[in-house]
Formats: sequence, structure tokens, C-alpha cells
Amino acid sequence: MADPRELARLLGDLEDQLVVCMRCGLCQSVCPLYAQTGRESDVARGKLALLDGLAKEMLRDAGAVQERLNKCLLCGSCAANCPSGVKSLDIFLKARAVLAGYQGLSPAKKLIFRGLLTRPALFNLLASLAGRLQGVMGRPASELLGTSCARLTSPLGDRHFRRLAAKPLHALIPQMDTPPAPGKPRVAFFVGCLVDKLYPRVGQAVVKALTHHGVGLAIPPAQACCGMPALSAGDSQAFEQMLTHNLAHLRPGNFDYLVTACATCTSAIKKLWPLMAQGLNAGQRAQVERLSRKTIDISQFLVDKLLVGNTICPEDHEGRAITYHDPCHLKKSLGVAAQPRKLLAASPGQRLVEMAEADWCCGMGGSFNLLHYEQSAAIGRRKLENIKASGCQAVATSCPACMAQISDALSQDGQAIAVRHVIEVYAQALGPGGKAG
Amino acid sequence: MIPPALLKQFEDLAGADNVFTAPADLLTYSYDAAVLEPALPALAVRPATVEHLGGLVRLCNDHGLPLTVRGSGTNLSGGTIPAAGGVVVLTNALNRILEINSADMYARVQPGVITAKFAAAVAAQKLFYPPDPGSQAVSTLGGNVAENAGGLRGLKYGVTRDYVMGLSYYDVEGGLVKTGAKTVKCVTGYNLAGLMVGSEGTLGVISEITLKLVPPPLAARAMMAVYDDVDKASQAVAAIIAAHIVPATLEFLDNFTIRAVEDYSHAGLPTQAAALLLIEVDGHPAQVAEEAARVEEICRLEGAARLEVAQDAAQRDRVWEARRTALSALAKQKPTTVLEDATVPRSQIPAMIAALGSIARTYDLTIGTFGHAGDGNLHPTICCDKRDHQEWQRVEAAVEAIFKKALELGGTLSGEHGIGLAKPRFLEMETSRASVDWSRRLKKALDPKGILNPGKIIGG
Repeated sequence: MADPRELARLLGDLEDQLVVCMRCGLCQSVCPLYAQTGRESDVARGKLALLDGLAKEMLRDAGAVQERLNKCLLCGSCAANCPSGVKSLDIFLKARAVLAGYQGLSPAKKLIFRGLLTRPALFNLLASLAGRLQGVMGRPASELLGTSCARLTSPLGDRHFRRLAAKPLHALIPQMDTPPAPGKPRVAFFVGCLVDKLYPRVGQAVVKALTHHGVGLAIPPAQACCGMPALSAGDSQAFEQMLTHNLAHLRPGNFDYLVTACATCTSAIKKLWPLMAQGLNAGQRAQVERLSRKTIDISQFLVDKLLVGNTICPEDHEGRAITYHDPCHLKKSLGVAAQPRKLLAASPGQRLVEMAEADWCCGMGGSFNLLHYEQSAAIGRRKLENIKASGCQAVATSCPACMAQISDALSQDGQAIAVRHVIEVYAQALGPGGKAG
Repeated sequence: MIPPALLKQFEDLAGADNVFTAPADLLTYSYDAAVLEPALPALAVRPATVEHLGGLVRLCNDHGLPLTVRGSGTNLSGGTIPAAGGVVVLTNALNRILEINSADMYARVQPGVITAKFAAAVAAQKLFYPPDPGSQAVSTLGGNVAENAGGLRGLKYGVTRDYVMGLSYYDVEGGLVKTGAKTVKCVTGYNLAGLMVGSEGTLGVISEITLKLVPPPLAARAMMAVYDDVDKASQAVAAIIAAHIVPATLEFLDNFTIRAVEDYSHAGLPTQAAALLLIEVDGHPAQVAEEAARVEEICRLEGAARLEVAQDAAQRDRVWEARRTALSALAKQKPTTVLEDATVPRSQIPAMIAALGSIARTYDLTIGTFGHAGDGNLHPTICCDKRDHQEWQRVEAAVEAIFKKALELGGTLSGEHGIGLAKPRFLEMETSRASVDWSRRLKKALDPKGILNPGKIIGG
């Protein structure tokens, strides 16, 4: 496929959504990338105009549009604040798929998405090899944050990257399927790549908290990636493979809720699986809809479904000052912001202090961090300054990707501020106990 | 196309990283918020210093290149749509607040400072910058000055014009012109700032603005008056003004807008109401109490079905939330949103609102009307789909009918959105042949090659 007319036709399917943008430009006030660069092609209005231009054949350089379209955190700040209700995030993901199909995918991306992320067993094997090698390649940068920096030049550049866990969660807890206490729901835990390989301690905290509350808990084996990296790259084929694989292992009839501790996985399953499942058969699409309805963030599950955290601990002036960062995919995509704070406020020994711009993106944006590190780090520094100004001793959030990004920023700055998942803080406050811990 | 040697001059002047010539970048500077056709410039440049800004003006003039200054591109009349093949100069890197002087109550800013950020910085010094255009979260002060932007508080506090004490700007040859002062009084030379405000970038390029600041009001009270008859609501507006009470804001929402807002935000608005008035008085607490009581009395005398006075900050927020979401709610009705701003003397608000109803019926269009009734500046908003060519012809005819009616009632084409590319052909209808000719002679004298934002205001 190399016919610009054909491209225009494919993008034309988005026209009904593109025409909704009235070019008011209000997205400029919330876009974390535009705040750094001031370039119109970095903000939603500019990207929508480019897609419109390509669809109307005012522009012919699809590669140039693709490059600008892909320079985006996919944080959804624009969509959440759009006065006209433009679904910019949906449009961008669909357009990325169209353009990647038209322009072709780079061999490296093909290898990663189609060769690796669609094969969880192989991915796990390679990650465990990498985990053993990382001591050779990097040296520790911060023990508190668990970050490393490169000993020699490496493809990761100047990052203080989060070290791979010595043992991923699937090795620590190979299998789990406990029955619920009377009157309690059955829950399946969707672990996600980053919790499994970077932050298994977050997964352990989920298990401890859920076990504590007596829910029936299963960790379905052989889970694959949620597919977000493939969607972000516009690789519809790899996405469908990951989705199909997950559908084969996640049977919605076996549980009442599918709980995750990763904001990105949660919003991918709830919002993007239904949006991008057109290529699947009717039975699979129905399963996707059911999974979407059952999927829920861990804090939201505990607070809204188990009614935990509705009693606020008496204000502990001596407690550790902890601040909360809103992951974009939790607050802006799903409207979940109060529940993690309630959980923190209900954890003894903590004193919740709000930072300025708590819901300003941390700059991670998944593969954005890999492809545009300089800008990603600059956005991270804005978050860093707000965290420091809050006077906190620890920062909590609800997404392992945000945790890695914030750890990088804190480590680079030599800060002794701990980074924790909300569920870790909560589970720790439950005391020792919890067999699965 | 810019020849390579000339392109190099732009790059040498502003830095190669700040010069954009890729078609994909240029396309993103081809439009603004007006419903008009885009036009592709040949080059966009983002100067990092005001000296570069002056150099760029001279360079464009030397080579006869049309130059359009762009802040955040939120213009509603096409003022920031460039000339095809021209140069777009971006001011968003010139975004420093140079001084906030609390003792003398003024501030100096660069043109690219964002209005809302400036207002917040001023508020942090316990001072007040009142102009609050709808786009203030992103609009730039340079753009506000060039368009003479208004806002909700225009009624009592005036518009951008009323806060410009002084300006520095580059003339077309790159010479730096200074006018006005930091003093309250100043009669040194022509009132060039007065000429520049609202000139839409056609006479010079602003490099620095001195703005007046005022003390913030000590108290405020908001209320919502519910009417079951549009005429009664509009009579109430006229009666409040005729009683010589000047609320800080006096806003109107018609039934269509009320229902759209309620569908969108579920704020608990009375969807059966024919119209709502949202009113806020501010000032010294004693004055606020007295004026609020009089406004309440007038609203009731003019037949308000119900009156809700906000008792606390949360209730006050709820009153204003309805107004804040009005445009969003209307924008979600149909793909295209044509936001007009023809303005009439306040005593003519009842006649204008009645006329808008009949125009909507005549041209078979959906028009939601809300806006700054207290200063006569209504925003009839046509919800349509520009892809429907027949409907679009009716929209254009209806817009013309709205202009004609506003002028017939002694009003004006545009209260705050500007003339831009959208309305030059109506200019003579409001003013006179001589006014247009005089403006063109002025333009010709100050910009002989006609490079400064050509086509705006006076056409040509």
C-alpha cells in the first residue's frame, strides 16, 4: 500500500471524529510536551490538523506526519480537558495504526512487539537473563530507589534506570488460586510486565492486601502484555496477538473483578481493548466487553468495592510526609483520583501532603521515554521540583511506569525520597501477616 | 518558497532550531480558532529574544514578506491566519513577566505571557488584573492587546484597552517605538498605544506591554435569577443597568444553552426555564450587600420566577460553573460551532434577543445564545456542520442578518472577537466610506509594502 489516496481514505474514517475539533487551542494549557517545546505540532490541536491535512490531501508527506503524531506521551490530558469532547487519544491510537500500516514498522519494533511481547514465555526467559547481566552493565546509583546508571555507554543513555528484579513475580508466586471467604468476591490479578519484572514487590503487596481482606484470589498463569506498547507503535497485528493470547487465559466467568496495580494496564483493558478489538470475532469482542467491565484499579477496588479506607486515621503529625502523583491513565482516562488518596489517608504512620500539579504528567509515556528521552526527562524534572517543594519523605503513585520515571528523576537529583506504590504503603501498614507476602 | 540565501538569514538571526519550513510544521500554523479556510505560510520562526523579534520584522520588510504574529492562535476572526507564502512569527518564547510593581500598581510583560498565568502572578501580589477573555488559560497578553480582548468582567472593569498604560513595538522597518508610561497620567506625544490596541498586528509588532493593576475587590456575591420568559429576563438586564447598578458580571443563558449545559454537566439547572441571569456584584462588603439587595429586588420586579443567592464559595462556584461550561456544552451539539459577538447598547438587549430568535427561525438554524448581557455583548452560537453546504449558506446569511440587526439597534459588528479576515467587508456598513479610506491611508503610510498582517480589518 503506497497510494496517498488510499491513506486519505483510511484516515477519512476518522473524519467524523476529526471534525469535532474547533481549533480553540485550549489543549495548549494542559499538554506536558507543549509546555516544554511550545511547538504546535506537539499539541493535540496541531496533530489533529495534521491528520486532517493528510486526510484531505493538503499534505503528502505521511512520514513527517507520523513522526509528529508519534511524538506524544498519550497521557490523555488533552482529551480530558477538551471543551468540544474530541476523543484525541482514540484518534491518535487509530491514526498510529493506519500510518504504521501505511509506512511499515521498523524491523526492531517488529522484533520486539511481534517476536517478544506476544510470547510471554520467551519474554520472561530473556528478562531473567538480562536481570543477571545488569550488574555487569550498570552500577548502582541509588539504593533507596533501586536505580542504576550505565558503567559504559549503553543504549539507555544517561538514565538512572530501575534495575530488573532479581526474581520476577511469576517466579516468586508461580501459581495462586484461593477461594473467597464467605460473602467476599473472587478476584483475578492482572500483573502486567512492569510489576512482574521491575516491581514484583508491588505484586506481593497486592496479594497481601487482597488475602488480608479475604477475597478469593487467582493469578491466571501465562499472562501477556496488555498491548499498550504495540498500540502506541501502531502495530495492530501484534496488539491483536497479545489480546488473543490474554483472552485465552482470562476467563471472565472465573472471577468477579480483574484487579490491576498498573494504571496503564487498567486503562488499556477498560478503554483500549474494546476500542481496538474490531479485528476480533464476535465471541472475542463480547469477552473483551465483559473483561472491560470487570477490570478495576487496586485502590478503587479496595475503596469502592470492599469499602476500605473510608475511615480516615486520626491526623498523624509525626507520620511520614507522603505525597501522591496521579498517573494520567488513572485520573484522566478513568477518573480515579480520590480512592488512592483515601487508601493513603487510611494507612497509619502516613501524613498525606499534596504537591502542586499532582496530576501533571511525569513524562514517562511508555516508549516516549525511550524515543524522546531528553523531553521525557525535562517533563520529569517539573514533577521532581513539585515533589521536592511538597516537603515529602516519600511519593506514592498507582503505576509502575510512573514509579520508574519518578525514581529516575529523584535519583539523578540525588534525592533521598522513597517511591512507593499506594498498595505497598497500604499493605505495609497491615503489619507482618499475610501468608502470600 | 523562501530562497536558500534568505532562509539562511532567518536562521542566522533566530537560530536554525527556531526556524520551521517543513510543510508538516507550517500546516500547524495555518489556522486559528475562527471557522475560516487555513492558509499555508512559507516559514515560521520562534524568536527567543525581543531583539530577534525586531530583526525579523526588518528582514521581512526588506524582502516584502507578509508577516503575521501568532501568540496561542486562539483568535476567533482569523487574525492569526497568515498570508499564503508569508512568515509566521511566534511569540510564545517571549514569555517573561518583567516586573510586577506593587507600590505603583503596574506590571511590565513580554507579549507571549499567558493571560491566566499573569493574572495568577498578579493575584499572588494581592493585586488584580481584571480582563478575563474566554481563552485566558492559553491566550497571550500580546494577542489580548492586539485584539483588545474583553471577557466576563468588561461591564464593570472594562476591557484590555483600559489596562494598557504603555507599549513598546517595532515599526515595519524594525525601529523600536515607545509610547505611554508607568505613570497614571501621561500626555507625551500621540496616544500611539490607543492606536495599537486592537490593531490586530497590522501596524506594528508589540515587544513589551505596561499594564495597569487594580486592588482586588474585598467581597463578592453571586446569584442566579430564573425566568420563564426571555423578554422578562432581558428586561431585567436593561432595568439593572438603567438603575445605574454596575455588577462585576451579568450573564445571560437562553433555554437551549441551559439544556445543553444540563445535559453535559448535570449541575441541576432548571431546564424548563426560558432564561437564566447569572449576576455577581463585588466591591466593599457594605456596597456588595446594598447592591445585591437592589439587584434582587429588580429581578423580582421584572418577574423572576425564582432567585438563588449563593451563600458560600461552593454555591458561588456552582453558579459560575454553568456559565463556564456554556460554550463547551454548545460545542458538543454539532461538529461546527460559529461563535458570534455582535454587540448592542444595553437598553437594546431585549430587542436583540428577540431578533436572534426570529433569525434562527427564518434561516432554520439552531442558535444557542449566552453571553455578557450586562455589557450588551451577546454570543449567539450557531451549532451546525460546515460540511452541509446548504446549511452553511444559511449560516452565512444568518450571520449577516445578525450584523445588520446589531447595527440597526445602534450596536457594533464585534464586541471583542475582532474584525480579522471574517468581517472587513462589513466595516463600511458600521462606519463610513471615509473611515475605511482614512484607515487605509494610515496603514499605507506606516506599512508602505503592506507586509504587516495583510488583509485584516481593512481588507485589501
